[in-house]
Amino acid sequence: MSAPRRPSMIGDSLAQIGAVGLFLFSILAAIPKSLRHFRETLRQIWFLGAMSLVIIMTCGLFVGMVLSLQLYYTLAKFGGTAALGTVVALSLFRELGPVVAALLFAGRAGTSMTAEIGLMRATDQLSAMEMMAVDPLAYVVAPRFIAGIIAMPLLACVFNTLGILGAHLVGVSWLGLDNGTFWGNMTSNVDVWNDLINGVWKSTAFGAVIALIATFQGYTTPPTSEGVAYATTRTVVSSSIVVLALDFVMTAFLM
Amino acid sequence: MNQSNPSPVAGANAAAENAYVQIRGLRTVLNGKIIFDGIDLDIPRGKITAIMGPSGTGKTTLLRHITGQLQADAGEIRVDGRNVPDLSRNQLFDLREKIGYLFQNSALLTDFSVFENVAFPLRQHLRLPEELVRNIVLTRLQAVGLRGAADLMPAEISGGMARRVALARAIIRDPSLMIYDEPFVGLDPIALNQVLKLIRTLNDTLGITSILVAHEFAAVRRAADHVYLIAGGKVAAQGHPDELAERDSPWTRQFFGGEADGPVPFQYPARDYAADLGFPAGAV
Amino acid sequence: MTQPRRSFQVGTGLFILLGFSALAYLATQTTSVANYTQGDSYTLKAKFSNIGQLKLRAPVKLAGVRIGSVQSIELDPKSLEAVVVVGIDTQFKDIPDDSGAAIFTSGLLGDQYVGVQPGGSPVAFKNGDEFILTQSSMQLEDLIGKFLVSGDSSKTPPKADASTSDTVEPAPKNP
Repeated sequence: MSAPRRPSMIGDSLAQIGAVGLFLFSILAAIPKSLRHFRETLRQIWFLGAMSLVIIMTCGLFVGMVLSLQLYYTLAKFGGTAALGTVVALSLFRELGPVVAALLFAGRAGTSMTAEIGLMRATDQLSAMEMMAVDPLAYVVAPRFIAGIIAMPLLACVFNTLGILGAHLVGVSWLGLDNGTFWGNMTSNVDVWNDLINGVWKSTAFGAVIALIATFQGYTTPPTSEGVAYATTRTVVSSSIVVLALDFVMTAFLM
Repeated sequence: MNQSNPSPVAGANAAAENAYVQIRGLRTVLNGKIIFDGIDLDIPRGKITAIMGPSGTGKTTLLRHITGQLQADAGEIRVDGRNVPDLSRNQLFDLREKIGYLFQNSALLTDFSVFENVAFPLRQHLRLPEELVRNIVLTRLQAVGLRGAADLMPAEISGGMARRVALARAIIRDPSLMIYDEPFVGLDPIALNQVLKLIRTLNDTLGITSILVAHEFAAVRRAADHVYLIAGGKVAAQGHPDELAERDSPWTRQFFGGEADGPVPFQYPARDYAADLGFPAGAV
Repeated sequence: MTQPRRSFQVGTGLFILLGFSALAYLATQTTSVANYTQGDSYTLKAKFSNIGQLKLRAPVKLAGVRIGSVQSIELDPKSLEAVVVVGIDTQFKDIPDDSGAAIFTSGLLGDQYVGVQPGGSPVAFKNGDEFILTQSSMQLEDLIGKFLVSGDSSKTPPKADASTSDTVEPAPKNP
């Protein structure tokens, strides 16, 4: 577990990627068994998803408001304020919603996953489960992984909704754009599959990646308080990087 | 009664037949350090066998070998007739359902109340009516004297109580082998005696085979039927605790007498002291 | 101990419900799904020599009110004109059959839509009818080019269909 760190960065990160890959396979293998602990999965959706609602909703509202404010003045230069609703909706659905919600999710839920599993490792709770013939992969890791995949797209949708409402608040109620123009322009330009659902797929993938990284870091952390702290930091850093990189890859190749 | 065999291999005929756990030629290297160098060990059925040794000799590692949490580099570990290194993950889980394990730090699940902690193995493996679960859990909690604490969370109870809850959890499914990993560490004398009494009672009343890893020789002497002293990767001495205490070997004298220096050196292996301080060799 | 367990299950259910209703709200209120006419519709055809940037599901408006959407855009291989099929909500079933269709741009740079100028015929359009009078998309380039070349406004724009170009103004023959 706490093997001495080798100085070679490349070899280290390759080994890390390989380990994460193997870990993913063992999670997938444990998923059938984890269905017996479905209640635990529900509990994790509650802790990871519902508990992240406040931050997701607040941030969604403000992102939508600031987006509306910025874009309104930029569009006004071209006489195109009618397109405000469209531009806000497209940027939210396609990029900002999934990505920002994922970054928030990594900070709010990913860290708690890592810290929780790391502490369970440090206090022998995982070994205790193994000794009680309960597979911690099926009981602890897989439910969190599934919960991440389920909760993330739902959170992104909530984020998007609040963002649209925030944009409407600023654009229509404050800056005086016509209500019909705002919605009408949006509805005629935003496609449900290409824009909205593609964003939902993206956020599903982000949820899986964040949950994978967070559980991996927690599961393999050195069983010390220092190790848990370090693993928590690494969860945020690596899942942020991976989310943004994956976002580019998915946008470039899948859309 | 063959607890005081001079060598387990020589007396293997009867003892090995009767042994619940049988270890032969165990070799383990961890991080380049030799932990075990050919250990032979028998845990007789229905007895309390203590495993003692200086810190860092791998007593916990030995337990992890027995339960299959850690693979040994060589050797045979037979638990109830099955060779642990050969078992698949699922077979290991089957085996572990018959083993109760008391962790050094209790390892209670922090999310669950005392009651749910004790009920956890039942709920995971059996589909029992809630009424029955409640009765089984409460009898076990009664046995460790903590029925009144059933609704407390692990964070709300003391270390000694946590140890007893963990013990109740370990025996909830009537294991045939109980493993106690340093059950006395960090307990005050009262709690220590409570746990000690429980270990003895469990063995006397239920006839559970027990492995006890501990440092406290006084406590071990009152509980164990047989003691293995492991040091330097080998079995340094073994026998009935009373007999072992009187035996005159450097290992037993240092370990049971508590001498600071002896076969287990006070100094961690180091370069020559004088050279390290920059003096000509032999100056200190 | 069943009580707290039940409560987070309910909470989890509410959370999932909230997420899905957010998705449903977004899908039905902010995307083109909102433009699908829910009720029955009938189709009309219109031929244009140039449709500009008209897209599928672009709105069809009468007097600025949305009455339907563009269902298909094809090229007639013989006449080399664009055939636009629009779906009109059946609640607007009394559109005179001499009404004209034109492609307009909302705002200077906005999206294009099909505008219907009502005629005066007592007979209403039936399913599958064709607009006789159509006006193609106003191309900004053409307008500018026309403006630059000469002030001669009698000349029809080069791309406009000669037969239908100037027939858009409603011809109120009879009520």
